[in-house]
Amino acid sequence: MSNPSTVARAVRNLRDGAATLPFFGYLAVFLFLPTVIVILGAFRTRDGVFTLEPMSRLLQPATLQIFLTTSWLSLASALIGAVVGGAAAYALSLTSITSTTRRVFTAVCSVLAQFGGVMLAFSFIAVLGKNGNLTRLLADAFHVVIPGDFLASVPGLIVVYSYFQIPLMVIVFLPAVDGLRVEWRDATANLGGSSLTYWARVAAPILAPSFLGCLLLLFANAFSAYATAAALISQRNIIVPMAIEGAIRNENNAGMDAYAQALATGMILVVALVMGGYTLIQRRASRWHR
Amino acid sequence: MRTYRSLAAAALAVLGLTLSACGASTPGAEVTTSGSGSSNAATAASVADLGGMDKLVEAAKAEGQLNVIALPRDWANYGAVIDAFKAKYGITVNEQSPDASSKEEIAAADANKGTDKAPDVFDLGTNIALTSTDYFAPYKVEQWDKIPADNKEATGLWVNDYTGVMVVGYNKTKFGEITSLDQLTDPKFAGTVALNGKPAEAGAAFNGFMLANLANGGTFDDGTAGLDYFKKLNEAKTLNLTDVTPGTIEAGEHGVVFDWSYNMVPVATSLKAQGVDWATFLPKDIAVGSYYNQAINKDAPNPAAARLWQEFLYSAEAQNLWAEGGALPVLASEFEGEFSEAAKAAVPKVSDLQSPTTEQADAMTKFLQDNWDSAIS
Repeated sequence: MSNPSTVARAVRNLRDGAATLPFFGYLAVFLFLPTVIVILGAFRTRDGVFTLEPMSRLLQPATLQIFLTTSWLSLASALIGAVVGGAAAYALSLTSITSTTRRVFTAVCSVLAQFGGVMLAFSFIAVLGKNGNLTRLLADAFHVVIPGDFLASVPGLIVVYSYFQIPLMVIVFLPAVDGLRVEWRDATANLGGSSLTYWARVAAPILAPSFLGCLLLLFANAFSAYATAAALISQRNIIVPMAIEGAIRNENNAGMDAYAQALATGMILVVALVMGGYTLIQRRASRWHR
Repeated sequence: MRTYRSLAAAALAVLGLTLSACGASTPGAEVTTSGSGSSNAATAASVADLGGMDKLVEAAKAEGQLNVIALPRDWANYGAVIDAFKAKYGITVNEQSPDASSKEEIAAADANKGTDKAPDVFDLGTNIALTSTDYFAPYKVEQWDKIPADNKEATGLWVNDYTGVMVVGYNKTKFGEITSLDQLTDPKFAGTVALNGKPAEAGAAFNGFMLANLANGGTFDDGTAGLDYFKKLNEAKTLNLTDVTPGTIEAGEHGVVFDWSYNMVPVATSLKAQGVDWATFLPKDIAVGSYYNQAINKDAPNPAAARLWQEFLYSAEAQNLWAEGGALPVLASEFEGEFSEAAKAAVPKVSDLQSPTTEQADAMTKFLQDNWDSAIS
């Protein structure tokens, strides 16, 4: 086996592998290690004894409800983001790469996709809050009353989250729609296909995998969002990240640390399930690829 | 990803890596270990162990620093207490994370253990004090014998310091007189009635809930009446679920709050300047209270200053300042004769302070964890 070319290849492989070391080192420290600490913590008491109690608390009705609310909020805002953002990305892909419209639009989306936390919460309070501009305008001009606690409700959060989900979708989905070629549409027409045929038989199968991928990204983005909701709702734990914060801060019951880690483990489970489902769908969606 | 960042930021803050809140450190004052006094100070269980008060003051001055944590300046007049300590001994007081919870005080002691950033002293709610005794150094202040046995841990690990009385503070100028909790369902209170935090998590909110519960016929063992009451407020759209700060009260967002008497005194003072009458009322004269507890971090970076702070808090001067802030200090009956007029006026007059037992509080916390969020959503 020791002919020179194999040795050379082995050396080359090693060298190429070494280049990825910093990346994997980074992942190990910032992703893998915290995950392990959290999962271990979820199964240990304060004295380090193995226990299933914190994880069993995940099955309490109140906790299940929080997971349900978080999932539903994430899914709804991800769907709104994916559909509206997807359409906007398609419209944008029809403009030329160098056009001013496109440059301005993508720049604005890049900023808004990162717009969250207290700033976002405050801007919505100023517009749609109890004494918000739009709230007052709607009440005075059209007698439409926005309830005072709208922003602190799940529908309100969906609206607020969509504000960063839509631009995020535009940014991540644009490369995929840019990949659609005019020639394909022409070819469909030449073969007697309608516009509907083109979308159903050509564009949709090509876009499906990346659309689903973006939907998943948006779901995870909303699922882990914390600061925005915390700024809008302070006295109820309606989503998992807030419940984690509540458990860590709790001064009436000191034994909540393990529960916080169990909640985080629950989040990891949900995202793992979604990822698994995505892989399956992805495989189906891209069968034509092979 | 932004959202991960914010979660991470919250987690870091909770881990006590409080990078911003270390107030007035004097430049270059990197205290590692101070003079020879420290080593004895760290194990001193009373002033006598150090050879008298003068020796303690000397050792504390040599350290020159004191780290306190979770003491908001407008909470029980703590701002004045801290300033008086500074002025009296010329020791720099570093005020870390004023808005931290009791739980986070202990987390900060863990995270900063062995550094000069660790808190020297704690001010803790009952539950955390009872479950964190491993962190405390036993110390008996000079006034030890005058503190009732029920208000201290026998070896001096923790000592009750002050309690408030849970009251309903409200804007009398805007709403007129409130005489009963039932009035709070009136539409004129729309979105303005609040607890100070989440009742299953924060001491002030928990006791506010208890007050409403008792006033509505509930007991320390059964929180159903209180839960029904807040459901009713929520249905009447008068309950406000954002956190109360002096700022939200001044902005008019909160017009009626369940809070400690000592949080209402500074609010009333600052609103008076704006011509607003901020009044308090006690439903059915029920006095619900819960003592906070003083303890010294056994790994205190400034052990002498920590003990001097403890001595100061149980002196007539600091007890008087707490009373001026609307708190009931544990030695109030002892020092009453020396209190200022302001303190005599502000100190809660309590004949029968009601507190749940530890078991009752635990059971009620569990009840609230299971039911609060669903009751008011």
